[in-house]
Amino acid sequence: MREGLKTQDGGIQYDLSASTFSPDGRVFQVEYAMKAVENSSTAIGIRCKDGVVFGVEKLVLSKLYEQGSNKRIFNVDRHVGMAVAGLLADARSLSEVAREEASNFRSNYGHNIPLKHLSERVAMYVHAYTLYSAVRPFGCSFILGSYDQDDGPQLYMVDPSGISYGYWGCAIGKAKQAAKTEIEKLQMKDMTCRELVKEVAKIIYIVHDEVKDKAFELELSWVGEVTNGKHELVPKDVREEAEKYAKDSLEEEDDSDEENM
Amino acid sequence: MAACMSANRSENAFSANDLVPEWAQEEVSTGTTIMAVEFDGGVVIGADSRTTTGAYIANRVTDKLTPIHDHIFCCRSGSAADTQAVADAVTYQLGFHSIELDEPPLVQTAANLFKQMCYRYREELMAGIIVAGWDKRKGGQVYTVPMGGMIVRQPVSVGGSGSSYIYGFMDSNYKPGMTKEECLHFCTQALTLAMERDGSSGGVARLAAITEDGVERRVVLGNQLPKFSNV
Repeated sequence: MREGLKTQDGGIQYDLSASTFSPDGRVFQVEYAMKAVENSSTAIGIRCKDGVVFGVEKLVLSKLYEQGSNKRIFNVDRHVGMAVAGLLADARSLSEVAREEASNFRSNYGHNIPLKHLSERVAMYVHAYTLYSAVRPFGCSFILGSYDQDDGPQLYMVDPSGISYGYWGCAIGKAKQAAKTEIEKLQMKDMTCRELVKEVAKIIYIVHDEVKDKAFELELSWVGEVTNGKHELVPKDVREEAEKYAKDSLEEEDDSDEENM
Repeated sequence: MAACMSANRSENAFSANDLVPEWAQEEVSTGTTIMAVEFDGGVVIGADSRTTTGAYIANRVTDKLTPIHDHIFCCRSGSAADTQAVADAVTYQLGFHSIELDEPPLVQTAANLFKQMCYRYREELMAGIIVAGWDKRKGGQVYTVPMGGMIVRQPVSVGGSGSSYIYGFMDSNYKPGMTKEECLHFCTQALTLAMERDGSSGGVARLAAITEDGVERRVVLGNQLPKFSNV
């Protein structure tokens, strides 16, 4: 086992591979992978009384992009959706892993995979890539959400270290702290999906940084009673209503700021 | 009788392997009668207790009702070895699955595991299985996995060589919405009728009732079985 290489000024590097701990017990490669997630734009997922809603702030880097390309919300199974932040190519590869897990489960056991189990299986896969020097950890976090008759709505998040947690609401990406603050203000356990969709759109608009990042597309998806347990992108009319609500709320806050002055 | 006279072999015939007599080469079979009935809150399962090697009854007190998990049983018919092997494999898989999921397994899962194995190895196996049990999601359920590896859920199902004789009884006497005791009575009667007519079924009638509270097993001995015929 190689220890740190000595650099020119005599310091030792513990961050060259995922198979090395630092003296204070950290695996730097995994931490660097999490930084890659923090560089990406925000994605949030919130669980409510009768479903789960995802919102992603998809930054548009060029006017030449076709609208709707490079989606950041995936379908993993009929009843499971996945919103990602970080390196999109890594995230796509993991969405395939999740799809296979869900499909194999149904093939072997004859019913929908419980979300807790799916997120543990994919987390185990992500964790495996943090053990060896021959590969690098995945540079993405993702939020999994599902709805079915027996377990109700479920929301889990997996990060590059390979842990998965269950949540009522969670945010990943550059504005995750600001988004978390906004999410905490909501009483999501009492809300329905229709109400929540508007709040999710509003939160994305709030945390979007107009100065640093110009144009963005809002990707919204949901799964719940309202969709009969099928995960899908939110229909056009609901989207438009949600975006209008979000833009109007922002203007109100701007106006109220002016009054205070 | 004509059936016995049709032999074109002599009585001392040995087949290809001369060292072992023919009866010892017969497969050990649970030529059987098995059945299962759903009721509101659980299932009742039943089986006879005869295992044969040809015409010899190798075991007259067999237990064909095999636990797969706390609230899931299977009724075995066909080759004794095949059904025991498959049941053992499924018991292992289901136990592992249940621990992974950290919750009691579904009856549908158990039935699908049986189906996977019975379908994949359909050419090699001779196994007709009825999977029955209780789970929190759908309550009492009966799934039948006959030879060949199909799976279908039925409110009442019979299987084994003796089942042919009781389809009529089942169709005319089964009513949806029976209580646990009515189901037990129905099964006892059905098994008795089958055991009476099928040479490969007999012995005692073994029954079990599976509900949320657990499994309650009963045995009805040969002389306690209901009498249908006065002859």
